[in-house]
Amino acid sequence: MRRILSAAVLVGVTSITTQAVFANEELAKMAENPKNWVMPTGDYANHRYSELDKITADNVGQLQAAWTFSTGVLRGHEGGPLIIDGVMYVHAPFPNTVYALDLSQEGKIIWKYEPKQDPSVIPVMCCDTVNRGVAYGDGKIILNQADTTVVALDAKTGEVLWQAKNGDPSKGETATAAPMVVKDKVIIGISGAEFGVRGHLSAYNLSDGKLAWRAYSVGPDAEMLIDPEKTTELGKPVGQNSSLESWEGDQWKIGGGTTWGWYSYDPELDLIYYGTGNPSTWNPAQRPGDNKYSMTIFARDPDDGQAKWLYQMTPHDEWDYDGVNEMILTDLDIGGTNRKALVHFDRNGFAYTLDRATGELLVAKKFDPAVNWASEIDMDKSSPTYGRPKVVAQYSTHQGGEDTNVQGICPAALGTKDQQPAAFSPDTGLFYVPTNHVCMDYEPFRVSYTAGQPYVGATLSMYPPKGDTHMGNFVAWDAAKGEAVWSLPEQFSVWSGALATKGGVVFYGTLEGYLKAVDAKTGKELYKFKTPSGIIGNVTTYEHAGKQYIAVLSGVGGWAGIGLAAGLTEPTAGLGAVGGYAALSDYTALGGQLTVFGLPEQLTSAN
Amino acid sequence: MINGFVARTLGALACVAVAGMALANDGSGDPAAVDEDSGKFYDAEGNPTFKVTEDGTVDWYTYSGFRRYHAECHTCHGPAGDGSTYAPALTGSLQKLSYSDFMDVVVNGRVNVSASQHNVMPAFGTNPNVMCYLDDIYIYLRARADDAVGRVRPEKRADKPEAFTEAERACMQS
Repeated sequence: MRRILSAAVLVGVTSITTQAVFANEELAKMAENPKNWVMPTGDYANHRYSELDKITADNVGQLQAAWTFSTGVLRGHEGGPLIIDGVMYVHAPFPNTVYALDLSQEGKIIWKYEPKQDPSVIPVMCCDTVNRGVAYGDGKIILNQADTTVVALDAKTGEVLWQAKNGDPSKGETATAAPMVVKDKVIIGISGAEFGVRGHLSAYNLSDGKLAWRAYSVGPDAEMLIDPEKTTELGKPVGQNSSLESWEGDQWKIGGGTTWGWYSYDPELDLIYYGTGNPSTWNPAQRPGDNKYSMTIFARDPDDGQAKWLYQMTPHDEWDYDGVNEMILTDLDIGGTNRKALVHFDRNGFAYTLDRATGELLVAKKFDPAVNWASEIDMDKSSPTYGRPKVVAQYSTHQGGEDTNVQGICPAALGTKDQQPAAFSPDTGLFYVPTNHVCMDYEPFRVSYTAGQPYVGATLSMYPPKGDTHMGNFVAWDAAKGEAVWSLPEQFSVWSGALATKGGVVFYGTLEGYLKAVDAKTGKELYKFKTPSGIIGNVTTYEHAGKQYIAVLSGVGGWAGIGLAAGLTEPTAGLGAVGGYAALSDYTALGGQLTVFGLPEQLTSAN
Repeated sequence: MINGFVARTLGALACVAVAGMALANDGSGDPAAVDEDSGKFYDAEGNPTFKVTEDGTVDWYTYSGFRRYHAECHTCHGPAGDGSTYAPALTGSLQKLSYSDFMDVVVNGRVNVSASQHNVMPAFGTNPNVMCYLDDIYIYLRARADDAVGRVRPEKRADKPEAFTEAERACMQS
């Protein structure tokens, strides 16, 4: 009996493996067709680059709004649509409606899915009810709902195929991150570090929605899927209980490290990459130690979740510099050697380049000169503080202590860059990075934990760096050298994901609502159009019936909608807010709309 | 939960019955401070209120409310009570809400969900970080609604009263 059972199990495993390889290859192959946009990140490497070249630096000035679509929701619209073989999948913030639109019938709605979620999840989402998009795999559309229900919908009909529960919103666990399909699994993150949620990354079977593995960001090795001998940080094994030993007592149980950013995947190395968020609370005095592994880049095996390597960027965070921003995978020439690189623009203001096979730290440079909380990252391999930031005492909220207001810290908690993803163009070799240019005062104080209630413990006020009158920059970055090639000042933070194209044009949105097109080489502005509401969505491109289109969601909100809606707090208030203190509410109002752009007919036929 | 916490909340609710009759300037009537008890000020109706001296020094409770507001409330209602893209400006709300209305909404929450609006105020009744400082937050927002303090951190403040320290310890430890 036992033998027969083993045989049956073996057969099962074999068939799953076959399917796994298939699903992975299917997606990778689909991503190669530039007419489609098959995953929220564009491709597994998170390039957000398209081979489409009908819209060029020469003709983009004549771009026009081709058609529009309202999602019916008036909250912050992050992420962007998928386009797969003539069908566009558009998602919305809570209640997380998903629409399938037929591009051959002028956007006619094929199906609509609207989950019924308890509205009590709304106020436990720290920074608006955003959702960063759906994923596709094996004929299914995967949605990560606000209330942490993961749903697989039939891509053709919208029918629910399976559901899984990834967390408990009554404890403050919520979801905003877009899923990523890797092989036979769906990778799902969780939000809620402002509510003391213990973060984890989870993988569900694409076929049936069963939990395959869960890797916590903090806690015992076994629950983190860390092998103390094999998992390395900067080339050395992490050792036993490396996370537990970096916390005082049981604080790790409410220790944060949520996983609400973007994920990437290298099929050759067979590793997925992502970053973890802030430790809870924001009051560093309540959690002595390095708080491992919050603020950490992880490389994991997608089959079993085991961590191959990790790197903690901001040990013992004192500023809310979540490490969740996207990991962009590309091969770079660094010091004359071609490296399999991972490039990451962190909230803490440093742009990191690592070897993505080994986790070796190659470059770490400030991508906004205003960054002042650390002077540099220690790059000396023989130093006991190798890889750690050199924190400037004046800007340490821990050294300042509880009830002390530490002033003039740059960047603000928003980070030099938040989740809004950068793009990479293999044509120019440059990264196009949407950034914030904001500083802060930060005063930590003691808070007590109640499940499902905010667990913050600091007050902060934000303002532009001294002498500046703008709050954002759109930066072209050379990651091999660690320097900016050009930088475009923007009145407000750039909270929209960038798109690079083979046509030599780079696109991004602004909080006032402009879609902007700039020259990939020079940064020269070539086109702008004001959409109905502020843009915090990511720009997408696709081709349909021989014509290239650009699509973007408008709908102001997210964290930017909180801090900037009424303007930053001006020390000399009363004279009318101008420049860096301008109120976003003077420029745009709530919205929820997709705008699709194309070239006029005579131009496209000339092509 | 904690004794001090409950006692303080009940005490505050008892005041509310009287406060409901107030008329005029903001939702609770004339905010002018006419009475003081251990560094905490009250208006003619007995509602907690702010006190800003001529040189701009704010009372301790206004300052404490500023801090607690920015930790617990500002992630929805924006810096300084000026609102966000999805939660109302409390500087406006307190023009209408009385002290008792304010207590009711904070303790029990509020739901305003329709086809296009998805606004939910959570119930903070079990959250000591809010409930132990409910009067402080109210006093700060009342000062903001009456334009007695600006959008930024109050520069000068009264010292922390001993009575406050004791009440805080009792409330937060419970």
